Amino acid sequence: MSDHQSADGIVGRGAREGADMFRDWFQHLTLAPQRGEKSAYVFVMGSMAEILRVFDFHTVFPEINSLQTAVRRVAHEYLNVAEDYGYSPDICGYVKADVAMQLQGGRHPMGTIPKPNLAVYTNACNTYIKWAEIWERFYHVPIFTLDVPGTRTAGGQTWSGHPDFENDKQYVAAQITELIEVCEQVSGKKFDIDRLREIMGYANQMTRAWKRVLELNQSVPAVFNALTDGTVYLGMANGFRGTKEGADYFNRLVEEMEYKAANHLGTVSDEKYRLIFVGVPCYPIFRRFNEMFTEHGGAFISSTYLWFASGGTNLGFEYDLSRPLDSLAEGVLISVREAMDAMFFQERRIIDMVEPYRVDGVVYHPIKSCRTTSTGQADNRRAVLAACDVGSLFIESDMMDKRVVSEAQLKNRIDAFFEGLATRKTMKAVAGQGLDSR
Amino acid sequence: MTVKVLDHKPYQSLDDALYLCRELMEDTDFPTVKRWREAGGKVLGHFQVYFPEEIAHAAGMLPVKLRGASIEARQAEARFGSYLCSIIKTSLELSLSGRVPLDMFVSHPICDVARNLAAVWGRNFKYPCQILYLPQNANSKHAASYLRGEYDRLKRDIEASVGRKVTDDDLRSSIAVFNENRRLLRHLYALKRETPWLLSTDEAYVLMAVGGIIPREEHNEMLRAVIPQIEKRPAKPQDRVRVVFEGGFCEQPPLDLLRTISQFCYVVDDDLLIGLRWILEDVPAEGDPLLNLAEAYLEKSSYSPVQHDLRKPKEKMLLKRIEESRANAAIITAAKMCEPGLDEQVAYAKALDEHGIPYFISEFEENMTSFDHMQIQLETFVENLMFA
Repeated sequence: MSDHQSADGIVGRGAREGADMFRDWFQHLTLAPQRGEKSAYVFVMGSMAEILRVFDFHTVFPEINSLQTAVRRVAHEYLNVAEDYGYSPDICGYVKADVAMQLQGGRHPMGTIPKPNLAVYTNACNTYIKWAEIWERFYHVPIFTLDVPGTRTAGGQTWSGHPDFENDKQYVAAQITELIEVCEQVSGKKFDIDRLREIMGYANQMTRAWKRVLELNQSVPAVFNALTDGTVYLGMANGFRGTKEGADYFNRLVEEMEYKAANHLGTVSDEKYRLIFVGVPCYPIFRRFNEMFTEHGGAFISSTYLWFASGGTNLGFEYDLSRPLDSLAEGVLISVREAMDAMFFQERRIIDMVEPYRVDGVVYHPIKSCRTTSTGQADNRRAVLAACDVGSLFIESDMMDKRVVSEAQLKNRIDAFFEGLATRKTMKAVAGQGLDSR
Repeated sequence: MTVKVLDHKPYQSLDDALYLCRELMEDTDFPTVKRWREAGGKVLGHFQVYFPEEIAHAAGMLPVKLRGASIEARQAEARFGSYLCSIIKTSLELSLSGRVPLDMFVSHPICDVARNLAAVWGRNFKYPCQILYLPQNANSKHAASYLRGEYDRLKRDIEASVGRKVTDDDLRSSIAVFNENRRLLRHLYALKRETPWLLSTDEAYVLMAVGGIIPREEHNEMLRAVIPQIEKRPAKPQDRVRVVFEGGFCEQPPLDLLRTISQFCYVVDDDLLIGLRWILEDVPAEGDPLLNLAEAYLEKSSYSPVQHDLRKPKEKMLLKRIEESRANAAIITAAKMCEPGLDEQVAYAKALDEHGIPYFISEFEENMTSFDHMQIQLETFVENLMFA
């Protein structure tokens, strides 16, 4: 960055540019059918954008569409439509919002969501599979499961060269070849490996930058809010994966975060407590939910959401462009597995972050809508608390359904959590003074 | 290992066998599993829905089907949050409370809850706990080859647990035992379908389900003894509605719920514990046994909401089940908080509406104890069908 560049220009640039680019992205989706362009419905954990972009598919993320209805406080309208259609109040709110959107011709607060020409999804969340079956019934379009075997047992990940890894990789590689055949049929275009190589190059830049951004939040104060800013970055990481715009955006984001780190610029005015967030945010009251923490000086320095909802690209796997298809299979296997690990086997990662990120507390937020991310949280918390000395908070609400979000109860619990953190800090300080005086 | 967990062939009479099976199914202390272990045997617990039990059997382990229980999940509640199905909590409780001691645990990515289970289990027990990644892309040409490799990985882990190698011949012997078991269960279900007045659904259920907690050789022996007795029962057909029961693939409805249904309907087919009947034909004895098991899982198998296969759209499979069993209606249930089951209810209901097949929709929980409300609703449903 040049010396004359002002803080006004760079600080907050990622959030501003991200919001603008995302609005444009929705606009492109709205116009896609008129332009005769095809759309593929995909998900954040293993979007396969690398392959789909070769065939010029727009990637449509129903999870993002649905969460936007909650952030814009209209989710209940969609949930009601889906429940009237027959869906239970006890299933995923994202699915229901999407079903309602489909039943209403793609009506969405940010534009019109095009119908799918194809759906591609991994098994990282089982609901992805049930969800795609709904589109198959609605539209009779091809749906493709890219099955990615995950970690079998805690700490049991295998790597390239291990027979079990190679068995998994061959399976993923075979499916990628089959996916390419489906894409050729649906798009009417031939597969171009040089185009794939170019797209993977952009994906590599984004992955490298994303890993760096996450690491930069070791700075004190934290240079971005993992809950709010992080959600914007996730939108960009998914919507623009494999594009030059996406790669440039993330390179500029690294520049912004490095500037903030060098100049000790944080996200809350007086950072007192550094927190890790586990799970999916409470979107129906997103801003207020965040404020309940920041008004106590709480700063979210990381989040498991940033790991799994970026498809595990936080791990930083970069493709070997000299062997694109083989490397893509390896990368998809490792990254999607990482996304699943961030949900099922997250405790080791959190424990390892406590010291370098100077973590004071871990906030667990299981939600009614998402059993993938919520089922193991209570047990994970027990493991983390047994291994390290941090505060923790366990609060339940939802990512979509405001009927199960009680703001007053959440605030009571959060206030008490910070009282506990304050007491812990005081006790640690006293203990430290005692040691000094000896 | 050839330990016998049932004393003195207590199934010489059908009534004795039914009594024994009911007792065993409702005994939350799992005495047969304890007997096996006390005799020095090792136990592999596997969560719903399907598990290749032949591999554990070939290693001399007792494969035990963990299907929850009607117990209070006192310790397990602290390991989970809200909004979850009951079976996940009670299955863990069975082990945490010492009721079902295990030497190895395996779960499968059947749903978003179950795929968390191996990790939770692994944090609470020292013995090996793992996920068996059954393929979710059954339509890939490479799925069988992948699954063969995955079964080989599982076999190696089982070998490490028991401390001995499993040969192809061991596997072939086990496949023969399980082939016989599946043939006997098909016979039992054929009786239910063709002569439902001879065997109520709760009776058929306990006779089948007990296989998940006793050595399969003993189950075969029992079924061989009781099936001819069922065929000779003097019962006469009654004027009842023939129904298919759907929704019992994972969490199990209480026996009393099945008894309630039996009062009004002949359940001529169902998906209760479908994992025990997942493979529809004999698995070949010759050739590569692991590949044979893998191909059977993919190519000769039933359906459930938790297996995705483009060749088997669930609503079409249900319609086929209804047609083949000559049912007049369907009972479409789902366990409370069971996302795959609840998702599928919508597709089932739309398909049944399209085909003009009457259906009764309901939810259940394994721990429910009151059936009065359901009984009234079901009675009304049946009356509407019979007298409308």
